Amino acid sequence: MAQVELRGVTKSFGAFLAVKTVDIDFQEGSFTTLLGPSGCGKTTILRMIAGLEKPTGGDILIGGRRVNDVPVHKRNLGIVFQNYALFPHKTIGENIAFGLKYRGVSRADAAKKVSDALDIVRLPGVEDRYPTQLSGGQQQRIALARAIVIEPDVLLLDEPLSALDANLREELRVELKTIQHRIGVTSVFVTHDQSEALAMSDRIVVMSAGRVQQQGEPEEVYNAPATEFVASFLGAANLIEATVASADGADVVVDTRHFGRFAVPKKAANGLGPGARGKVVARAEKLKLYPAASAPEGGVSAPGTVEATDYQGQIVRYFVRVGDIQLQSVGMIDGSPFQEGTEIAVGIRPDECVVLPAEEPSE
Amino acid sequence: MAKATAFDPRPWYLLSPALLAIAFLVIAPICFILVYSFYINVDLGVDEVAFQFGNWQDLLTDSYYHNAIWKTFRMAVIVTVLAAFLGYIPAYFIAHTNFRRKWLLLLLLILPFWVSFIIRTMSWIHIMGNQGAINGVLIWLGLTDEPISMMYNEFAVIVGFIHVFLPYMILNVYVSLEGIDRNLEPAARTLGCTPWQAFREVTLPLSLPGLAAGSLLVFVLTAGSYVTPIILGGPNDFLFGNLIYDAVVSELNWPMGATLSFTLLFLLGIVVVIYSRFMGLNQLYKALS
Repeated sequence: MAQVELRGVTKSFGAFLAVKTVDIDFQEGSFTTLLGPSGCGKTTILRMIAGLEKPTGGDILIGGRRVNDVPVHKRNLGIVFQNYALFPHKTIGENIAFGLKYRGVSRADAAKKVSDALDIVRLPGVEDRYPTQLSGGQQQRIALARAIVIEPDVLLLDEPLSALDANLREELRVELKTIQHRIGVTSVFVTHDQSEALAMSDRIVVMSAGRVQQQGEPEEVYNAPATEFVASFLGAANLIEATVASADGADVVVDTRHFGRFAVPKKAANGLGPGARGKVVARAEKLKLYPAASAPEGGVSAPGTVEATDYQGQIVRYFVRVGDIQLQSVGMIDGSPFQEGTEIAVGIRPDECVVLPAEEPSE
Repeated sequence: MAKATAFDPRPWYLLSPALLAIAFLVIAPICFILVYSFYINVDLGVDEVAFQFGNWQDLLTDSYYHNAIWKTFRMAVIVTVLAAFLGYIPAYFIAHTNFRRKWLLLLLLILPFWVSFIIRTMSWIHIMGNQGAINGVLIWLGLTDEPISMMYNEFAVIVGFIHVFLPYMILNVYVSLEGIDRNLEPAARTLGCTPWQAFREVTLPLSLPGLAAGSLLVFVLTAGSYVTPIILGGPNDFLFGNLIYDAVVSELNWPMGATLSFTLLFLLGIVVVIYSRFMGLNQLYKALS
């Protein structure tokens, strides 16, 4: 087990800057997720930790030791790839024992460790089969067994669940988390799937265009997004333009075109002062819809029209037109859903909103 | 309740043109050759219809033929092994390069096929001959006074074969390398392999089918050649194919030519059967398609 630190790490491929001066601490024994859309640099970071790519600038430390110049095979890491990457010409037993062979573990000890690893991933007794004889989910468990049997300092998971179908994905993500907890290995998990990130991580690092947008615990990143990107990438968020009217006392009062003037808690306003332009973030599940003219007294609401509904069984997603903007609302179905075209009132809860400073157009 | 599946003739309709072509253009001529091998050659170009084993007896008893079979086998092995080594490296390079226009590299590989292989073979006379490019440079540099003799020997024949058959090897190896998951080598590396160990443990064994398919092609093509030894070889560098050529074209002894042809076909057939027994022929289709 070891701590992994990135210090001002930069990576460019020719003229393309894939990772821009990134600082991240991966705590010992933690499960940290690098989350972001494809091309955001998350996989490049993983490959740099693994030693498969060399950083252009900055330092990578594993267990306090600078490893920039340590070759892959001397780093003692386990990697699980998206497409399993099992050796098709070797049996499951040989696949798992592969790393042990190169660590000089005796044949008898290796056999014992292989069977223990297979017990951990709940696939005992498949040593003599070949990878293609197993299903995708089983192959990924074998890949996990192969990575953890060498007792790596760091476990790197490169979108390990993306190739699996939805049900299996959820089952395996619980299992992966359980195993990680049990063996307590420092884990770096790369994904573009926000629900995987929220469900599995101790810490989430949200990335976009080679930069870290925000890092923190799942609740923190979800409830208090630091940038518009984070707000819209994790879950569905509504961004409503606002101007700060006053910022004295415990609350910050903002003016919005559609919802009028209301107050949000000061800590949710990111230090914005009077006159500053910003955006109010209202999560889709916090947006409540009421039949027209029956919005609760004293709440913050605006009249709107249901433009489209996306019925998903126990929940329903509405696309609502309020003036010139479209908002999203997600809710459990209570009675029958609103029909498209219905006039409704849209309510927001100011104490659950966050105000972000308006962003300069990105470079 | 199991129900017997009715015979469905439709696939056979679709196959019939190909089957007819094979029957008339391959099977039938081979039968003619076999029949011809029992005829007697009475005089130059005059054959007598017969059923006797004189030609086959000559083949089995005359050491001249045995020697030619041995020389052919030896040449085919040398060329195959050299082509395997020389072909693997560019194939690996093309498969792993980050160069965006990979098709251009593959096109370069196929480009030589646009020029007749006889002309390509003859080009070596201008490269390795006494007045050729290599000797010209050596003499100009003063490294030698006399041109070094490189032509019309076994070496020149090997060079000619490698030159012409290398693309077959490269393409076959390339196809199998392309089919290997890119993450396998990194996976082996993280588990403790040096780059060379990772290649030996993963890439090499997984590319063996392509290497074997390329080797089969090069072996069979070399063993069946007769033009390259004529152009680049000396009087002693003949292969089995040259005996067939001589028997049919020079001596006008078609029955003996037929016997030798059938022998070569049979021997190479055995090579292919052994190959398919161990490797399967699928890999070959993959590379050719």
